[in-house]
Amino acid sequence: MKKQMNCVACPLGCLITVEYEGNEVLSVTGNTCKRGEAYAKTEITNPVRSIHSTVKVIGGIHPVVPCKTSGPIPKGVIFDVMKEINKVTVNAPVKIGQVFIENVCGTGVDIVATNNDTGK
Amino acid sequence: MINYDLAVIGGGPAGMAAALKAKECGVEKIVILERAESLGGILEQCIHTGFGLHYFGEELSGPEYADKFIELVKQTDIDVKVNTMVLSVSDDKIVTAVNTTDGLIQIKATAVILAMGCRERPRGALQIAGTRASGIMTAGTAQKYVNIDGYMPGKKVVILGSGDIGLIMARRMTLEGAEVKVVCELMPFSGGLTRNIVQCLDDFGIPLRLSTTVIETHGKERLEGVTIAQVDDKLQPIPGTEEYIECDTLMLSVGLIPENELTKQAGISLDRITNGAVVNEMRETDHEGIFACGNVLQVHDLVDYVTLESQIAGQGAADYILGKNAGEKVYINTVPENGVRYIVPQKVNIKSKDDVKLYFRVGAIYKNKKLTVEADGKVISSKKKVKLAPGEMENVLIPADILAGLSENSTIKVRVED
Repeated sequence: MKKQMNCVACPLGCLITVEYEGNEVLSVTGNTCKRGEAYAKTEITNPVRSIHSTVKVIGGIHPVVPCKTSGPIPKGVIFDVMKEINKVTVNAPVKIGQVFIENVCGTGVDIVATNNDTGK
Repeated sequence: MINYDLAVIGGGPAGMAAALKAKECGVEKIVILERAESLGGILEQCIHTGFGLHYFGEELSGPEYADKFIELVKQTDIDVKVNTMVLSVSDDKIVTAVNTTDGLIQIKATAVILAMGCRERPRGALQIAGTRASGIMTAGTAQKYVNIDGYMPGKKVVILGSGDIGLIMARRMTLEGAEVKVVCELMPFSGGLTRNIVQCLDDFGIPLRLSTTVIETHGKERLEGVTIAQVDDKLQPIPGTEEYIECDTLMLSVGLIPENELTKQAGISLDRITNGAVVNEMRETDHEGIFACGNVLQVHDLVDYVTLESQIAGQGAADYILGKNAGEKVYINTVPENGVRYIVPQKVNIKSKDDVKLYFRVGAIYKNKKLTVEADGKVISSKKKVKLAPGEMENVLIPADILAGLSENSTIKVRVED
């Protein structure tokens, strides 16, 4: 089987061609970096994405503070992870990198703050 | 009147990178003037990741990317004035600004860097028929509502325009539980990055309708729906293709306009295509000592490129302030041809000691073509390209030794060819 895909590893969006049999990747061409090869392989076997959102913050400069998954998560659990993120409320101050949820939905990935909020 | 060596207008990624570079090059008194309450610019609301892959080699969100520069600025003696609105920049580089602590201030600067960024094209620029119901907003406004203010501006969304902010907001709204019904794009291709079409639309099954636009909005107090229609090759709606779509929110992602009011006021020449200043390879405008960089110069798709461009402007301003830019200057023009819409910089000094990178965009989607650079009838470089798209900025390097071989009557041409 042959499949063409646009790499989403970075904004270049290389057009990659993957040859595969079932779950086994035979060749990856068209990528311009190693990340592209890795992307193509996981896209065939177990597609993953990074997601980002916000959580409520009490006493902050703004009502919410942004967060992200500390690494990619399987595409299939994106909405489950969003549900968990939406349950979180934190107190200011918040620092970049602060962990809001550890091992979210058993993915081994954390939800971490991506901005500072020094509080009012 | 306060004296500074360098006044930087705008404290987003462009202004911060330019100021930091100038500092590193030995400029002493620098001030950054920022309109918002903090440094960071538009990155503060761009909470998605994908920033910094080229510059830092890691995938950061907008606020994280901004924070790296904010921390670096804090470590220097660069003065930062936030909540400060610049009113004018005069020919003799007097910057007039106003804020609530200093009142009206005048800064006499040896050099000025314009880094005001860009803003979104508003509804008014589109002339869509219909009422002025609430629920119609630019995608960037919606982004601020959701990501900074923490509330959802609607539940059923139609997005007009497939620029990156529109695509990003399609995903953001979907993740927060809204139904994004369709993204309509007037052109036969998307202006957004491919990665965003894949991970913001395809991943969630959101349809992208090309050559389609919104021709009417419905609803009195709140938007109730829109009528969309296909367009012909002259971008005119085709009768009979109209379709009503129920929605409470219409987001517009229909282009960005460099915010050049101050530039125009100062009498600086603008490029008709980029809507930014005409600059040389150091990003100096046709007013000596006034530089421009970032989205106010040309709308970028990657902040990493904004940073690199702004460092060039910071270096240029430092050379100017410290008198290091003396020496002969012979400027020739860069000329976009066949398929290439514009080139920045528009002028290049052939006596430049450094290689010069030209940045440009093509006007349509091309597959398996060559990007050819020519000067004096000779091909300087010709690079094969599997894909060229208007949404993705390209660049070519012109080595200094090639420049040195050109004359004052030369031009550098860049074109797409078979």
